Amino acid sequence: MEHDHKLIHAFGALAELGQQITNKNSFQETIRTSLHLLSGALGIMRGAVSRYSRYAHELNMLAVRGLGDDFPLSLVLTEEDERQFLANGLNPIAIAQAKVLPFFQVYDVSFECRRLELFVPLVVRDEIVGALFLGEKATGEPYSHYEKEIVCAMGRHIGVAITQRNLMAEIERRAEENRQLFDEMRSTYHDTVKAFAAAIDCKDKYTEGHSVRVGKFSKIIACEMGWASEEAEGAAVAGYLHDVGKLTVERKIINAPYRINAKESAELNKHPAVGYEILLPIHHPFADVPLAAKYHHERLDGRGYPDGLVDREIPYIAKIVNLADSFDAMTTDRPYKARRPAKDVVDDLHRNSGSQFAPELVSALLNGVLKELTGEVRDRRFRRLLGRDYMEADGIVDKLRNTLNEMAPTTPMTYVAAVAPGDIPIH
Amino acid sequence: MEIGIAASIDPSGERSVIFAGDYLNKLSGESIEHECRRSLAVGCKEIIVNFSRTEIVNSIGISILLGLIDTAANNGATVVFSDMNENTIELFDMLGLTKHVTIA
Repeated sequence: MEHDHKLIHAFGALAELGQQITNKNSFQETIRTSLHLLSGALGIMRGAVSRYSRYAHELNMLAVRGLGDDFPLSLVLTEEDERQFLANGLNPIAIAQAKVLPFFQVYDVSFECRRLELFVPLVVRDEIVGALFLGEKATGEPYSHYEKEIVCAMGRHIGVAITQRNLMAEIERRAEENRQLFDEMRSTYHDTVKAFAAAIDCKDKYTEGHSVRVGKFSKIIACEMGWASEEAEGAAVAGYLHDVGKLTVERKIINAPYRINAKESAELNKHPAVGYEILLPIHHPFADVPLAAKYHHERLDGRGYPDGLVDREIPYIAKIVNLADSFDAMTTDRPYKARRPAKDVVDDLHRNSGSQFAPELVSALLNGVLKELTGEVRDRRFRRLLGRDYMEADGIVDKLRNTLNEMAPTTPMTYVAAVAPGDIPIH
Repeated sequence: MEIGIAASIDPSGERSVIFAGDYLNKLSGESIEHECRRSLAVGCKEIIVNFSRTEIVNSIGISILLGLIDTAANNGATVVFSDMNENTIELFDMLGLTKHVTIA
């Protein structure tokens, strides 16, 4: 009769242990409760649950009951111990009869003075994942065969909980490793892109830093348009590499200190298509980079090159790079032309908005300038790129405000407007 | 959640009485454990756990009581279990708790 009661009580604990392991408690809490359930199921005075570290060959305590503060929290296993425990599987080992193993010799005193009776290696899928240390029972009787079976059953549950936790930790570790690798690759990619931009700019002594600036302006426009930082980064890369095709254009054409002739112009105008061919085979994290190179000289009104695309045929990224490219062309000195005063640049952008440039992008760019000049943003992006004196020209803030008021778009989408006079040359 | 634990230390400071709730599980067991430690810290030499309201004790409750017995012994105090119903006595007997406490 008592045997039946013990069985019912132990099965109740086993059922509760199953629930504990599948619920959403923290791992530490699950293990602590598991040790309570095991102790309470059989009336065990003291004990511990440990997790095995196969790297350090140590059993590290996860939960301890009644073993005192001086019980070792980390116990080392030899290779011989590991072999024997694996061969033993998930079965209780009577500590008093196992002193032939190094593990029990080394920790003999610790085990004896706490009256530990059973050691249970938690072996799951042929791996030691932990161990149970079980002390004397409150009855003072030795563990019966059926009680050892109960210990095995509960130990299996605890072993599975530890294995799950180990797997989760491994997944988290690998995810972190992947994140770091990804960050490193991204950093390498950006460094490479910047090196390319510098190489492109080296070829043109008059437009030093042009690609880098176009990258930065493109990013500013994208940010002002509310793009996510990843997408804005893509716009920057597209800007950095937009002129990569110029690497194949003769240096004397690029550096000509005069307006180039038609033949030279035709040669120069091949650079978008060549850039596309160069960039296409590269697996970019931002898919539109080759398209930006190919179409950054297209215009909304269809008068651009190489394909004469109109408005919505033009990839959006190319519209951004086109504006950034023109803005840089207007705001930097060229061999045949000094840079335009800031107020004239605003007028030109306004005038060509809808024919050459997407109006909402022009608004975004001008708004970015205005926010910097009025102190709405602390970043000195434009001042750093174009110089303080240039950016703080008299009346520029009013000019920007008036222009932005006039430009208030009726629709956020770009549209094709009538061809405006005074188109802006882009080099 | 109402767990029905009550504790009092007599004026001499020698004896503490802890009333266990109707269901002795993890939550109520931890409260009893807390009260026991508090009593031992002020020098109580006798911890009386009164089970007059207790209907059920689960495995975690048993484990916590075993811990309480161990802690009391380490502090030179004795533990008394009082007013247990038949089922509780039977359970404690079966698991050997009654060997370590005085029954009242």
